[in-house]
Amino acid sequence: MWWYIGRRVLQMVPVILGATLLIYGMVFLQPGDPVRALFGDKPVSPSVVEQIRADYNLDKPFIVQWLLFLKGALTLDFGVNFSQEQISQVITDAMPVTFRLALMAFAFEAVLGIIFGTISGLRKGKFFDSAMLVVSLLLIAVPIFVLGFVAQFVFGIKLGWVPPTVGGDVSFQRLLLPAMVLGSVSFAYVLRLTRTSVAENLSADHVRTATAKGLKRGQVVTRHVLRNSLIPVVTFLGADFGALMAGALVTEGIFNVPGIGNELYQSIRGGDGASVVAIVTFMVLVYAVASLLVDLLYAALDPRIRYDK
Amino acid sequence: MTSEHRPGQERFVAPLEETPLKAVDSVDTSSPPTSMWSDAWRSLRRNPLFLVSAALILFLILVVAFPSLFTDENPRRCLLSENSLGAPRAGHPFGFDQQGCDVFARVVYGARASVTVGILTTLFVVVIGGILGALAGFYGGLLDAILSRVTDVFFAIPLVLAAIVGLQMLKNIRGDSPGFVLSVLPVILALAAFGWPQVMRIMRGAVLTVKNMEYIDAATSIGATRRRNLVRHVVPNALAPVIVVATVSLGIFIVAESTLSYLGLGLPSRVMSWGNDIAQAQNVVGTAPRVLFYPASALALTVLSFILLGDAVRDALDPKARKR
Amino acid sequence: MSEPLLEIVDLQVAFGPKKKPVTAVRGASLTIYPGQTVAIVGESGSGKSTTAHAVIDLLPGNGRVVGGAIRFEGRDITHVKKDEIIALRGSSIGLVPQDPLSNLNPLWKIGFQIREALVANGVASGAEAKARAAELLTEAGLPDAERRANQYPHEFSGGMRQRALIAMGLAARPKLLIADEPTSALDVTVQKQILDHLDGLTDELGVAVMLITHDLGLAAERADHLVVMYQGRVVESGPALDILQRPEHPYTQRLVSKAPSLASQRLSSERARAEVREQAVQTAGEIAAEVAQSSQELGEGRATVIEASNLTRVFALRGSVPWQSIDFKAVDDVSFSLRRGTTTAIVGESGSGKSTVARMVLGLLPPTSGTVTFDGVDVSTLKGKDLLRLRRQMQPIFQNPYGSLDPMYSIYRTIEEPLRTHKVGTSKEREAKIRDLLDKVALPSSVMRRFPNELSGGQRQRVAIARALALDPEVVICDEAVSALDVLVQAQILELLNDLQAELGLSYLFITHDLAVVRQIADDVLVMQDGKVIEQSSVSEVFDDPRESYTRKLLDAIPGGSITLGA
Repeated sequence: MWWYIGRRVLQMVPVILGATLLIYGMVFLQPGDPVRALFGDKPVSPSVVEQIRADYNLDKPFIVQWLLFLKGALTLDFGVNFSQEQISQVITDAMPVTFRLALMAFAFEAVLGIIFGTISGLRKGKFFDSAMLVVSLLLIAVPIFVLGFVAQFVFGIKLGWVPPTVGGDVSFQRLLLPAMVLGSVSFAYVLRLTRTSVAENLSADHVRTATAKGLKRGQVVTRHVLRNSLIPVVTFLGADFGALMAGALVTEGIFNVPGIGNELYQSIRGGDGASVVAIVTFMVLVYAVASLLVDLLYAALDPRIRYDK
Repeated sequence: MTSEHRPGQERFVAPLEETPLKAVDSVDTSSPPTSMWSDAWRSLRRNPLFLVSAALILFLILVVAFPSLFTDENPRRCLLSENSLGAPRAGHPFGFDQQGCDVFARVVYGARASVTVGILTTLFVVVIGGILGALAGFYGGLLDAILSRVTDVFFAIPLVLAAIVGLQMLKNIRGDSPGFVLSVLPVILALAAFGWPQVMRIMRGAVLTVKNMEYIDAATSIGATRRRNLVRHVVPNALAPVIVVATVSLGIFIVAESTLSYLGLGLPSRVMSWGNDIAQAQNVVGTAPRVLFYPASALALTVLSFILLGDAVRDALDPKARKR
Repeated sequence: MSEPLLEIVDLQVAFGPKKKPVTAVRGASLTIYPGQTVAIVGESGSGKSTTAHAVIDLLPGNGRVVGGAIRFEGRDITHVKKDEIIALRGSSIGLVPQDPLSNLNPLWKIGFQIREALVANGVASGAEAKARAAELLTEAGLPDAERRANQYPHEFSGGMRQRALIAMGLAARPKLLIADEPTSALDVTVQKQILDHLDGLTDELGVAVMLITHDLGLAAERADHLVVMYQGRVVESGPALDILQRPEHPYTQRLVSKAPSLASQRLSSERARAEVREQAVQTAGEIAAEVAQSSQELGEGRATVIEASNLTRVFALRGSVPWQSIDFKAVDDVSFSLRRGTTTAIVGESGSGKSTVARMVLGLLPPTSGTVTFDGVDVSTLKGKDLLRLRRQMQPIFQNPYGSLDPMYSIYRTIEEPLRTHKVGTSKEREAKIRDLLDKVALPSSVMRRFPNELSGGQRQRVAIARALALDPEVVICDEAVSALDVLVQAQILELLNDLQAELGLSYLFITHDLAVVRQIADDVLVMQDGKVIEQSSVSEVFDDPRESYTRKLLDAIPGGSITLGA
């Protein structure tokens, strides 16, 4: 077990190194003057350009630049943005909100996705299953921002159940709608995956053996179908934290949630390259840690993984 | 052991007529021969989901290729003062958007950008991911270790986030007023650059399974070279799961394109695309929801078709569902 | 006289849609008395497992009973409520399933899975159940049961898992135990051990057993009463010994005369083999003379066509910590020779290294040390053209008839591949050759256009044989070539291999785990255990006078050995 954890942590290191190198390279190795590119089409004074060159170590070789950036990233020091604020400060201010939102979305997709998916899988081909299949397909096919607009319009404006935007008050009630929108696509995937997995496991040999032992159907399902079916679902949930991060970008923009996705959205709109790199890097780090945690959960669920490999 | 005379256990021999003896292991020559693909095709033909989604996709391809067959309106002839948010009327079934453009015509012409991005991205992703996955899985060892770690790195950055950064970088190659190709290309490249790891992993997994099959050993014993084995036996047999994923991803890439366009990073606003039109429509959701509804439905329907097609193909290729 | 425990009367079971049902069992009747062992014998597809599963309402998918009755202790249980069936399962009727690998839930400890059976049937709970589970494992023949109960299935070997499943099936002391091919996935010696144990246990507990098996010899040895099923019907039933000695239905007669486990006991199979060998050696001699003359062929036309000396293969296994690796000797100093026109069999259980030897002989795996010479040429030194020549002269047939043919290739393309690879003939000549080959393996030429998934296991194996013969090889390596087949098909393929050997003067290296088939096909035998050759002699010596106790164990494990057969 400890070897498994150790190996898994060690594997993370090159991945994080490579990912930051990739992001950093994409922004700072573009053709043309990187500083100009940073600013996009905005006019900028020569003194500011000089300032930025110094700030970003652009006079040094690329690898050194990257290493310095990496050092900054690990100590959460990303330099300053356009408005001369510390980016790390911006991130620490915005992060708790996004964290709360993502956690709510995660709970929504995991809990409801698994419950509905299980029911669907157990009643494959029945009405509930077909209905869930249609809903999940629609959720996957409709882009998240369209869903956001519609939800905002219907529940926020037409029905008035929730305020259409979140603004400064990040209470549970206010975040509920954005969280559901954020989790909706993954909810659909979790549902489909659980459904297939449950239906497959239902016909597994060991399930038949469990039935032959005289267990009641409920016991067979919870002990022998569900737990086995959750393994691929957990794998998916681990990888899904990334999708939530990317989704937060859109959802927070629509609902005006003062989170990190919104910051990123504003930075993209404003062409603030340094902020974009910093926030994306930070999101990748969060993603890496989250999928590590989920992998450990996976090991707890499947005894084979602790010994094999 | 006195079982001989117990009731129900007397010596019994069935009359031969009841179960005439068949030759051991005789060949059934009645059914027509079917390959795996024609088998899959036969089960697909009977699947209504496949028929519907395939028909929709064919229709879509027709729209993309010949938009003028479906509308006489010029989607770029927009009369802001006369038609802004105008209601549907004869010849303009979907009404007009904020700029006074015909929504139906824009939906028809907008298909091209979305579908092009979807198809070309998928093509790139399958080629890159497929080749890397096949090489890593088949040759193994150091090559596999390196390719797999590189894949991990690309996989660690969520697709849309990565595409955002990538598009920032590619902004410059676009120029000031790019044509269709130069507008679409950066989006395709950015999505393809970070979309391939999934295909790579699936291909690698499939190749690892196939490579240990006995028919590979049999081919080697016949004298086939490693490369011949890879090309003739391993890749064709590992392709099925990749095809399924590719079909579903095609829909996902179309959604991703629209999200990028909505963020203002995808296609430039002058390129007609569903994503751009939906992004434009967000300001008027309250007053004229249909301006949002039509392009969004077109997009959803397209994505749905590809996902359903992928599902149908998966069912048809599923080895468990196949006979024997 | 006691009442019957289980009575099945004219049972009909159907699968598939209501409108177009496919009947799997069409009128099966049998009776089991308390404490009695009744065996149902049949090939795959005969309906024997379906009949058994119908008893405890565990038919897969949409299978359903469409006619007849199943009476347990006098009560018809075909159409009772779900609860009543659940009450019967485990406590009155237990099940020992077929495949130990897939029948235990990999995510729960063995002990937990046995406790479940105890708790569900109200036998014991809590700490008592825990202790009982360990007792049951001990009873099923697992040493160190308390520790074992705390392990997961993947830490168990196949035989241990099967013991755990037996413990589970008997946990609530059912009156009837359905044992569905309980040992067919296991090594022969383990198979015997487990069956012996099961026998003793059920005798002691007075449990009636419904034993499902494909092996007539095994059935006759273990059961009082036999039921032979064929195509969904019972074709013959009666006292075991009586059926074996005086089979009346033609199908039963066929089984009795052909099943390798029974056939291997007859001296006639050795005589038949001697005739084959005589002819093969003669033809092979002519071929050798040609080879000696020819410059095209590899080798010198020696009488000993393959010579393996001191073959050793070491694999590095991963240790308990990442930087450690353990050397594992899969093959340890193995030497043997194969005379032209004869068959040398390598017999051993899983893990004995026999297949590794085959792969080294074929040149698919380099030996760590030692050499394989083909007709005087060291195989490992061959490259390019010479290696291609070797490939022409030595061909394999593998075990898994479902894995050895590329599913994407038609039968025509499959058999054509070797010809194409070696650029033999024009496409017309190749087609003629393929027709000829199909004829040789007794397949109609209409199968050419078919694909592997349309053929049965035996037919695929014939195609594999045709492919192996396409290049007119001198040596064929058969790696468990008949192991995955039904008994009658097994017998048929063995006959085919014998005919081909006599006709073409082939030399076979025959790898198998099953001593029973050896007598019909081989002349010399190597018995392998843990990578080493422990006994090496002629077939008749091994069968009549085995020197090693392990060989004797293997011989004893051939089912039906204790029965005196007629004629």
